[in-house]
Amino acid sequence: MSFLPITLEMSIVLALLLPLLGGLGILLAGRYPNLREGVTLTTALLLLLVVFSMIPEILAGERPELVLLEMMPGLSIRFEVEPLGMLFACVAAFLWPINSIYSIGYMRGNKEKKQTRFYFFFVVAIFGAMGIAFAGNLVTLFLFYEVLTLSTFPLVTHKGSSSMQSGRVYLGILITTSIGLLLPAIIWTWHVTGTTAFVPGGIIGDNLQGPLLVLLLFLFVYGIGKAAVMPVHRWLPAAMVAPTPVSALLHAVAVVKAGVFSVVKVVTYIFGLETLQGVAGVEWLLYAAGFTVVVASFIALQQDNLKRRLAYSTIGQLSYVVLGVAILAPISMVGAALHIVAHAFGKITLFFAAGAIYTASKKTEVSQLDGIGRRMPWTMGAFAIGALSMIGVPPAVGFISKWYILMGAFQTEQWIAIAVIIISTLLNAAYFVPIIFAAFFKPEAPGTKDHGEAPFAAVLALSLTAAMTVLLFLFPEVPFELAKQIGVGVP
Amino acid sequence: MMEMHLPVLQVIVPLLSAAICFLLGRGKLPWMFATLVSWVTFAISILIAIQVSDGSTLQYELGGWEPPWGISYNVDQLNALVLVIVSGIAAVVFPYALRSVEREIAPEQHGLFYTAMLLCFAGLLGITITGDAFNVFVLLEISSLSTYTLISLGKDRRALTSSFQYLIMGTIGATFILIGIGLIYALTGTLNMADLAERIPQIESSRTLQAAFAFIVVGFGLKLAMFPLHLWLPNAYAFAPSVVSAFLAATATKVAVYALLRFLFDVYDVNFTYEAMQVQYLLIPLATVAILFASIVAIFQNDVKRMLAYSSVAQIGYMLLGIGLVNATGITATLLHLFNHALMKGALFLALGAVCYRIGRTSIQQMAGLGQQMPWTMAAFVVGGLSIIGVPLTAGFVSKWYLILGTLENGWWPLTAAILIASLLAVIYIWRVVEVAYFRERPEGAPDVKEAPLSLLLPTWVLAAANIYFGVQTDFTVSFAKGAAASLLGGAP
Repeated sequence: MSFLPITLEMSIVLALLLPLLGGLGILLAGRYPNLREGVTLTTALLLLLVVFSMIPEILAGERPELVLLEMMPGLSIRFEVEPLGMLFACVAAFLWPINSIYSIGYMRGNKEKKQTRFYFFFVVAIFGAMGIAFAGNLVTLFLFYEVLTLSTFPLVTHKGSSSMQSGRVYLGILITTSIGLLLPAIIWTWHVTGTTAFVPGGIIGDNLQGPLLVLLLFLFVYGIGKAAVMPVHRWLPAAMVAPTPVSALLHAVAVVKAGVFSVVKVVTYIFGLETLQGVAGVEWLLYAAGFTVVVASFIALQQDNLKRRLAYSTIGQLSYVVLGVAILAPISMVGAALHIVAHAFGKITLFFAAGAIYTASKKTEVSQLDGIGRRMPWTMGAFAIGALSMIGVPPAVGFISKWYILMGAFQTEQWIAIAVIIISTLLNAAYFVPIIFAAFFKPEAPGTKDHGEAPFAAVLALSLTAAMTVLLFLFPEVPFELAKQIGVGVP
Repeated sequence: MMEMHLPVLQVIVPLLSAAICFLLGRGKLPWMFATLVSWVTFAISILIAIQVSDGSTLQYELGGWEPPWGISYNVDQLNALVLVIVSGIAAVVFPYALRSVEREIAPEQHGLFYTAMLLCFAGLLGITITGDAFNVFVLLEISSLSTYTLISLGKDRRALTSSFQYLIMGTIGATFILIGIGLIYALTGTLNMADLAERIPQIESSRTLQAAFAFIVVGFGLKLAMFPLHLWLPNAYAFAPSVVSAFLAATATKVAVYALLRFLFDVYDVNFTYEAMQVQYLLIPLATVAILFASIVAIFQNDVKRMLAYSSVAQIGYMLLGIGLVNATGITATLLHLFNHALMKGALFLALGAVCYRIGRTSIQQMAGLGQQMPWTMAAFVVGGLSIIGVPLTAGFVSKWYLILGTLENGWWPLTAAILIASLLAVIYIWRVVEVAYFRERPEGAPDVKEAPLSLLLPTWVLAAANIYFGVQTDFTVSFAKGAAASLLGGAP
């Protein structure tokens, strides 16, 4: 039983309505910063409550659905909660309040302008993420995917005209891929199957064979530009001009997670693993993902700007998820779903830390970080935990997801996938460990300005997410159970 | 009793009102009168639509003269749909006109302006409702002549040359139509469409008949701005008064598309059009080029009004493409887009008219920062823009969806790709405005502007809301469009 006295259908409505109401409240309270931030936090906590209240029933096998409206026969705006979407919604709903606390600290600490607009589009982005998580068919998914794209544009270009060029790259790539590739894929799916609903085991079945099936998969994977499989990854480094809380939102909470989530969802609920297994040519997905993992890690190694290094690390980590999917083994699928969660907590910690460093010391480059661990022990401690999760070392949750992806690769004897994971683990270590080492053990450069920790709100937020990264390693039951139920037949 | 006469009232009310309006002189009276007339006419069109919603046909004999001697008005689902959209747009545009016209047109010309608007309106409705081929020409001239007047009233002096340009092109078009109708009359001895439909199949191989077909297609092609006969349109829309741009963009080309459909499928028939004349081989390349080329040109326009005009050329390409697909889904898409495009372009031009009301011009640089200062106006513009792009939950999505299904039914996926590419191009030209309006500051020294007055906002938002309503609630549009498409392809008039 749910611990809120409302039905599951009501919960879906609330999960979508709350961010919208919150957005309205933020606009109305725009002149009173404290009240405005109060609205953000209240909405975030209520959303967290609503989303988490659904977990027990979803675990018990309930699959509530809700048809909002039917545009044309067979084409409707429909929501359905299934375990994978539940997992994504939980990640977003859990990290949003933490991110909000951090945002408040960061935005005030850096005296950013137009904060009302910032918080408003932030909730709209969360609204988009919730819609994606609970989408019951491809059309609904597409609609909210675009809501998310558009609502994050004002956030990416928050710094004004200097960031406009990057904003155009961001928007250009995401819109072009979604309309140019994802939409045709959806229409094609509808054309051959007569539906776009997400059904366990897939809907394609025997309707498409061989090369056409692979082509459709190609359209989906590159159409979902938010998953940043190379070469459609360029928007991600471009988006680094955004304020750090936005980068954290982009990389950990909503945008990229929406991308890889959609890939996992499409493969499990539109294609179905069994449809794809053994199809000639489907290996290219493995190669594309593997290539992205390795190349992105190499590029990350060369970046001196901390945020850019994290951005390329994200590109690599996202392709882990795609790799988990491409292995086409049920157990690696579970790993892929778990990696969405694992990466979210690890990467948000890292971004929070990068932002905290900037707020406290105005440092942005990796080479400037010598000895900073002694001035900012909490921040750099959290950074270390996040980095461990990225590398995939216990006691961080990144270990678990990587483990399952590897297991799948062994089961299906995909040696290339195994090699990719091993190489990239080494590379991850190569670009994260020196930062930690330098921060704690190298002497500070002379003439460094005196500073302490970042504002309390920021430190609190990054400590929470770092703690979660460890806690999820120790208690992975809930995400694991949800991931197991996505209908790929893992006992 | 009244119900019987609805078809004729549909045209007679605005036509006679035009004359009365001319006598009302200056002041607000002509406007009030014209607005009232537009509402009455809209109500009539809805009553007519209700009567034919079951797929039946209304026939009305003018003056009691039996066809084929007298003129008959025939209403089926096809023209009921067009009547609703034309009079619906008028019912929204006329209330809007008051403030906008006050700003853009000299006071002594107001009476004349509303007279011309009503005449144009009556002409468009007449083309739509009549069942007589020659009558189409007469009413086309009524609406065209008043359109030339309306465009020339624009306050920019270039309005005069654009009006003249349109006059030349439009007259050529009308002449072609007249020649075509004349040839048909010479062959068959009748002008009644139903009669023509019976007689034409018997003489199908006649070279004269084919020549008549060519004249009619080219003639209407000019009036509906089929690429490459669209050259009059961008100037006409760009320099006309805001109200006129909105009204014409939403109605005039649509009525010409309707008339083309009527001639292609009812006067001539499906077999003649598709098999003997193979019109699809003309329409598909031209439509595809229009969709892509006009969208690209739209991206490079500095004047937003002109940008929307080029976008219109592209959107008309969609409608022609639907005809070229040779299947019921394609025709359905054409009709849906005819209806939906009126809503989106109406909303966009009205929003732009409100911008023009406040800042006096519509060049894109001048619109910088307007998102803050005219939030409601720009929000309506965004809704219209989303609909042009074809985002789900807007009307534009519905018609584009059917069009894409039509291309897929034939397996013509390169056309599907062209449609999607054009959607991307639409994203770019709409985004340019959004970016300037929302993400730039007002230029240095530009005066602060206020939100547009309510009398402009309300009509704009009625159309913007209609874009969303008809994107969500598609029963009316889809059932009428499907019924009309079936009857067009069935060959029964």
